Amino acid sequence: MIPHSFEYHAPTSLPDAIALMGRYGDEAKFLAGGHSLLPMMKLRFAQPGHLIDLGRIPDLKGISQVGDEIHIGAMTTENELIWSKLLAEKAPLLVEGAGLISDPQVRYKGTVGGDISHGDPGNDHPALMLALDASFVLKGPKGERVVKADGFFLGLYSTSMEPGEILTAIRVPIPAPGTGWAYEKLKRKIGDFATAAAAVLLAMKGATVESVSIALTNVGETPLKASAAEAFLRGKKLDEATLGEAARLAMSICDPAPDQRGDAEYKTAMAGEMTRRALLSAQSRAAQ
Amino acid sequence: MATKHMVSFKLNGKDADVVVEPRELLIHTLREKLLHTGPHIGCETSHCGACTVDLDGMSVKSCTVLTVQCPGARITTVEGLEQGGVLHALQQAFHEEHGLQCGYCTPGMLTRAYRLLQENPNPTEAEIRYWISGNLCRCTGYQNIVKAIQSAAKKMAAVPA
Repeated sequence: MIPHSFEYHAPTSLPDAIALMGRYGDEAKFLAGGHSLLPMMKLRFAQPGHLIDLGRIPDLKGISQVGDEIHIGAMTTENELIWSKLLAEKAPLLVEGAGLISDPQVRYKGTVGGDISHGDPGNDHPALMLALDASFVLKGPKGERVVKADGFFLGLYSTSMEPGEILTAIRVPIPAPGTGWAYEKLKRKIGDFATAAAAVLLAMKGATVESVSIALTNVGETPLKASAAEAFLRGKKLDEATLGEAARLAMSICDPAPDQRGDAEYKTAMAGEMTRRALLSAQSRAAQ
Repeated sequence: MATKHMVSFKLNGKDADVVVEPRELLIHTLREKLLHTGPHIGCETSHCGACTVDLDGMSVKSCTVLTVQCPGARITTVEGLEQGGVLHALQQAFHEEHGLQCGYCTPGMLTRAYRLLQENPNPTEAEIRYWISGNLCRCTGYQNIVKAIQSAAKKMAAVPA
């Protein structure tokens, strides 16, 4: 399988990349790790006339702490997230999440920014970023803006990025010390997208929930923030009854598309189960 | 036709220069232009790992990399593992431990295992299974592949490269 013919551009600076996108507009696509776009091009689901490769722009890579945030260049790969000592210490939810994405070879190439900006509800970073309350830095012909992950994902393959904009960096607020975390993902096999998955950040005060953040993968046209489940759990103990109710509230917002991974009812049930497991796992890692 | 590009890289330590259309996939350049038929074409959809090669210190599926993305790269295929007629420790271990039956996945397994041992010279069984999970084998049930990688790791630790 060979993609349709296209012209290839490899700019070495962000302004050059933005200028190229300005010149070719709708005919062009940015190429990040290429592990979503190239398969789509090989299957002829996408036939861009121009590919603008972001792989030669050094500013788009790297993980650093800036004040009380972690800044991650959009072209940072999944394996680089997994191997980051800084993330392991400050935002281990991302390390756990990246480790469940696809397979080793894909993780050498696949990027966090590509995963987010593709707008595929099967991708894992969107829900992880919702759970972490991350922000995205977008640069385009009109300059730079920073938008919240919450509200960024509009629908199937649709985000609030304007034509010509590049996602350049992700800003993750560092969770308070003692915050528990978990990403629980059900998949049929290595390399598959989630049947359902849940990302959780959990801070406990004694035996009760002080704050909790829950986001779901692949059970709707966008990642979903389980706000009702979060509100219900605040101030409560985690026991079978409250976990069951939180799972029920999470399931109530699911609207998954049936496919070979299961029908809507099964996927919704699995989203509830992943929520329950992620809450328990996060609790076991949270300071009491 | 799209503009062709001249791309130069090191393949198994030797200079290679090719002229390619942007849409040419690395696996086709390696197999058809450079006659390195070690990397195999399996699924063509970046699932099976038969086309795995080492590219600038990364294991990649060469069916999902464009050759135009590779100027200046250092590429190692299974052909580059053997040195001076002596099999690489991994190749010898796959032979001794029966880490293959039909052999179709083997070039990808070997190049993937090569990079794994560069990054983690003493992996546990669980680490080996996790980090070779992008390479499918339909014959062995993986047991002897894992044993072969463990055996090679021991031998490589005993004789520093």
